[in-house]
Amino acid sequence: MDLTSILLLLAGLAVGAFLFGRSRAQALGGGVGAARNLHSLPDYYGYFAALCAVLPPLMVLTLWAAFEERVVLALLANGLPDHLQALSPGQLDLFLNSVRNAASAASVPADPVLAAATDEYLSLGRSSRWLLSGLAVVLGAGGVAAAWRSIHPAFRARNRVETAIRWFLIAASGVAVLTTVGILLAVSFEALRFFRDVSLSEFLFGTTWSPQAAIRDDQIGSAGRFGMLPLLSGTLLIAVIAMAVAIPVGILSAMYTAEYASTRVRALARPVLEILAGIPTVVYGFFAVLMVAPWIRTIGESLGLNVAAESALAAGLVMGFMIVPLVSSLSDEAIRAVPASIREGAEALGATRSEIALDIVLPAAMPGIVGGILLAVSRAIGETMIVVMAAGLAANLSFNPLESVTTVTVQITTLLVGDQEFDSARTLAAFALGLVLFIITMLLNVVGLGYVRRYRERYE
Amino acid sequence: MRTPSKANDVAADAGGGPEFPVGDPSAPDPCIQIRDLNAWYGDIHALCDVGFEIGHGEVLALIGPSGCGKTTLLRCLNRLNDAVEDARVTGEVTLDGQNIYSGSVDPVALRARVGMVFQKPNPFPKSIYDNVAYGARIHGLASDRAELDEIVHTSLERVGLLKEVRARLDEPGTDLSGGQQQRLCIARTIAVDPEVILMDEPCSALDPIATAKIEDLIDELSAEYVIVIVTHSMQQAARVSNRVAYMNQGQLVEVGETDRIFTNPLHKLTEDYITGRIG
Ligand SMILES: Nc1ncnc2c1ncn2[C@@H]1O[C@H](COP(=O)(O)OP(=O)(O)OP(=O)(O)O)[C@@H](O)[C@H]1O
Ligand SMILES: [Mg+2]
Repeated sequence: MDLTSILLLLAGLAVGAFLFGRSRAQALGGGVGAARNLHSLPDYYGYFAALCAVLPPLMVLTLWAAFEERVVLALLANGLPDHLQALSPGQLDLFLNSVRNAASAASVPADPVLAAATDEYLSLGRSSRWLLSGLAVVLGAGGVAAAWRSIHPAFRARNRVETAIRWFLIAASGVAVLTTVGILLAVSFEALRFFRDVSLSEFLFGTTWSPQAAIRDDQIGSAGRFGMLPLLSGTLLIAVIAMAVAIPVGILSAMYTAEYASTRVRALARPVLEILAGIPTVVYGFFAVLMVAPWIRTIGESLGLNVAAESALAAGLVMGFMIVPLVSSLSDEAIRAVPASIREGAEALGATRSEIALDIVLPAAMPGIVGGILLAVSRAIGETMIVVMAAGLAANLSFNPLESVTTVTVQITTLLVGDQEFDSARTLAAFALGLVLFIITMLLNVVGLGYVRRYRERYE
Repeated sequence: MRTPSKANDVAADAGGGPEFPVGDPSAPDPCIQIRDLNAWYGDIHALCDVGFEIGHGEVLALIGPSGCGKTTLLRCLNRLNDAVEDARVTGEVTLDGQNIYSGSVDPVALRARVGMVFQKPNPFPKSIYDNVAYGARIHGLASDRAELDEIVHTSLERVGLLKEVRARLDEPGTDLSGGQQQRLCIARTIAVDPEVILMDEPCSALDPIATAKIEDLIDELSAEYVIVIVTHSMQQAARVSNRVAYMNQGQLVEVGETDRIFTNPLHKLTEDYITGRIG
């Protein structure tokens, strides 16, 4: 019996237990109008019975899934012929691995010892499944029996069900939180390994980034190779250029669609703006490389400026346009959330449309707009594709938008692309960069949310 | 100027006709003259052939059952319905002899002359000071900071708010209590020094004490401003107004001196309404 059938079995059990619990409660309550004599509605007794029937087997199922493989392998190892038992743990592992591979392959292995072990492994797995199914059925039946015994008119089935629902929801949010914590821990752990090779201050304040040079053994951790300042400056430069485009265009377009446009124009303009958000970033990327960058170069050169083929300006501008829809739709929402009564108050005072928009609506919508901007900044800092394509890989410590720069995300990508030794400083540097990125965006969000909250208190 | 009936013609249900309004629609020294005023929201005929005058020095109370068009009438007097998408207004409203619906009148300038206070206090999300100063700023009424201070202080003083908020002029207006907020909104309106103040149920969100304060304030302001106040409270109408206009289903049914309306209503509908039989 495989896992799917066991789950189907449990689902059937749940339905049965529900019907059973409900009818039992109705019978106890005295047929029609039973609800009046019962503590809870009959359905709740049904849900309670279903929970009793399904939860214990599910728990066992989870544990089983977590430990089955290990137990089966241990049993298998114990039953192996002596000459195999004598192997070193590493070699034994290797052998067990080939057993597993052979088991998942369709053909029978040529080596008779391996074939026997594979057979044994498969049969152990089969018995484990049967054992599990039997256990599930027994536990389910036990649960139904327990429910049968507890159901009586005064039994608070509703409260039990509510509690179960609450725990279920807590578990769901727990998953989200735990994932975040898990990722953070994993990244921090690897980053710490990196900082054993390269000092923190060198990483944070070094001005040279050239991880390639550190590949040779004698140079691992050699001075000045993992300084991330050029990456930070590049990230910052591109983000600033992008926001310089996205903030004004985004807010002004939102101002138009929310305050000025008629319903019909608005119904047309908003979706068009939103389409911009649906364009894949790689498309923006080649748009930047093939059109914007040459264009900037031509203009720059006609002004006698020295423009690199791949420039921060090209990447930043295009990224800015990519972010416009985000800023615009969040600002639009914030602006439209400003109560009409405030707007009318200003109108009745004789304020013109632009005065209302700028003096009254914009300040009132500010918290929402700032929230949108912060999200957009996070997005700009995390964006990779456009920068890889349009800004280049050169880690220049420069704030000249006409030069080629690189960003934290781009370097993470290049560090991890291709075959890597997992514990070389070069690979681990990616985790350190990831950690820095995470901290920066987290700080941005914390500051931003604090700002939004303070504003809300004042103007609500 | 009768317009053909529309699908949801409220007035048609009332069997309206040229006999309205009863009472005395004219004022001896008219400030606002309303003639053949009709208003629609899409197909809803919200005002039907309304015509009467509001005199200088007058406090006019607009009463009538919910949905009869009081707010609509008020909003026609400062052209606030201009910006409402499917709203349409025909007819004539003159302010000191000039038709405010003629092309030469700028609604922005008009609203500096006809201020409005709303049902729910709606202070701007700005400081108390800026709330009051805003109208004066956009109309360029003060040439320097001292003059602006002066305007803000006298306006707050007049609504009796100055002593309550003198120390906290920089705090947001939205932090005040409901009654204070409503007085702030009145202060903001009179800071522009209008001729007419429109008030749409200004006390409906307030407790009795705050209401009494506003009513006193209306009494005081009536010396200087023409006031049109919508109210659902007969007592309030009786206390603050010297004339009353009773509306029903988009039509003006009866206009007259407050005392006369409450003691001797001419129209059956008016009588029913003020004695509490409808509305
Ligand atoms: N913006 C609008 N769009 C469509 N119809 C409207 C609008 N405003 C008002 N109406 C309609 O116009 C009619 C008159 O409404 P109005 O607000 O003037 O009534 P009112 O006398 O002020 O009522 P209340 O005492 O409840 O405030 C009502 O039938 C109402 O449904
Ligand atoms: Mg109203």
